[in-house]
Amino acid sequence: MIADRILLTLAATAVIVVAGWAYLRLGDRALAALPHGAYRRLVPWLFAAPAVAMVLLTLAAPALITVVWSFFGADGGFEGLANYAQTLSDEVTRIALRNTVLWVVLLPTLAVLVGLAIAVLADRVRYGALVKAALFLPIAISAVAAGVIWSFMYDYQPPGAAQTGTLNAVVTALGGEPVSWIIDTATNNYALIGATLWTQAGFAMVIFDAALRSVPGELLEAARLDGASEWAAFRHVTLPFLMPTVVVVATTMTVVALKAFDIVYVMTNGNYGTDVLSTVMYRALFTAKDNGLAGAVATILMLTVAPIMIANVRQFRRETGAA
Amino acid sequence: MAAALRRIPVHVVVMGVAAVWVIPLLGLAVSAFRPSWAVLSSAWWESFALPGDYTLENYRRVLDRDGMALSLFNSLAVVVPATLLTVAVGAAAAYTLAGMRFRLRSAVLLTTVALIIVPIQITLVPLLRMFSTLDLTGSFLGIWLVHLGFGLPFAIYLLHNFFAAIPRELFEAAEMDGAGRGQIFFSIVLPVARPALAALAIFDFVWTWNDLLVALIFMGGFRDVAPMTVAVSQLVASRGDGWEILTSAAVLSVLVPMAVFVALQRHFVRGLLAGVSKG
Repeated sequence: MIADRILLTLAATAVIVVAGWAYLRLGDRALAALPHGAYRRLVPWLFAAPAVAMVLLTLAAPALITVVWSFFGADGGFEGLANYAQTLSDEVTRIALRNTVLWVVLLPTLAVLVGLAIAVLADRVRYGALVKAALFLPIAISAVAAGVIWSFMYDYQPPGAAQTGTLNAVVTALGGEPVSWIIDTATNNYALIGATLWTQAGFAMVIFDAALRSVPGELLEAARLDGASEWAAFRHVTLPFLMPTVVVVATTMTVVALKAFDIVYVMTNGNYGTDVLSTVMYRALFTAKDNGLAGAVATILMLTVAPIMIANVRQFRRETGAA
Repeated sequence: MAAALRRIPVHVVVMGVAAVWVIPLLGLAVSAFRPSWAVLSSAWWESFALPGDYTLENYRRVLDRDGMALSLFNSLAVVVPATLLTVAVGAAAAYTLAGMRFRLRSAVLLTTVALIIVPIQITLVPLLRMFSTLDLTGSFLGIWLVHLGFGLPFAIYLLHNFFAAIPRELFEAAEMDGAGRGQIFFSIVLPVARPALAALAIFDFVWTWNDLLVALIFMGGFRDVAPMTVAVSQLVASRGDGWEILTSAAVLSVLVPMAVFVALQRHFVRGLLAGVSKG
């Protein structure tokens, strides 16, 4: 079996390289035989067609179909907004909506705070490079693995027993009662968001780190000469320069928060009031097998990102001018 | 002295954050080498005081009995072709979108940018049905195509930004010499764009490797094609708190993307910044 997989990987790699090269080279030659005007009109499509076809087939068309289906019942009859009414009146979806809002508020805020703080402060201590590396590494860790790691950190034993979970060991050492972080509804959503923050803050830090280099040093010098404190210089010189970057990081993290699935699936499977829209949709799809209902949840999820999508397109238009 | 005192809060914040980020990694690394009786009877940091009870047995068990070895190669068989496809198809499209004028160009470009944000959940039901009809679920070809489709918008966006910065004269001179678009793509664009292509490849590799949702849905419950993320999440469901097994499985699942990432982080950061931190 393993040998099969290796063979498959190598064969697929070879086929992709050879077929890709042949398609573009031979296609280009074939089109070159046409009159010059026709060549210029057609050749862009030679290059763009595979991508456009894939995006239409796997993203655009299915998304449209989902939206349409969300108005139909399980038996195929048109039901208007019935699926939306059903899902929004359902306790589980309401909890999921509330949690998704919690994710969308907390994850971007914390990622910006931690990422910015470390990007700014790490340069002021001698061991800064090590701290940056520590924040950077978990970017490569899957949410599944992070789920395992943090379930282990959050492990709970009844009071009196030896606490082998790291966090509860700290809590009991400080004289507190052990907390069942993952099960207790007062803490579990924060525990999941914290685990996600652990994998994402490094990304925020990298971007802030680069943006900080573009802050003009002369302005900071001038502010300091005028007697501004470090904080005042940061507040009035650095921060205004960083605002566009803050927006980029917050947007990226908002998208991560909205799509959050893996970590919830692995750590609680949506139990104990930790459902988010993605997990509700997954269950509507695979447990209830109700396409209309799953479609309604997916459409709600889509509507929540629509403002970010519009903002992104506007931003892109501004940057590229005519596009 | 006063200056040193004022810097204490800085040290506290930086060291505090560093501790929160390092301790889980340390806990993972240590636990994954401890036998189950040790994990049950003492905490991982106590093992430093009780040396001698480390073992490779967990890995042997995870690799053999839990089929993690096969999953590791399943992951490679999913990720390598999917990444290559995304980079190749994305590069061809980005070259056209950045360098040529044609009808619908801006429509394609703006749709692409909009689709970066679309939660893939909204596509899953119809896509799954289409794949069942075509008998593509549970197949590697199927999952390559899904990852290709989902990866393309970001790929095109990242590469477009890079290609748009290549001086026009470079293309125009080649065209004067009678080179076709295909020739220009292979002999000028691809070599010049190597840093951006590398960054995209790293990005896509790590994302695809770490994906759970797409693999769960399109690989279904077929154990013999399950990549590592699915295998580990199934272990979590079946093992509950067999921490020594779960932590070793987690270590195995992060080794490859971590190695790719650390080895190529310079390209990753550069590519990230070409794509994201404009403005």
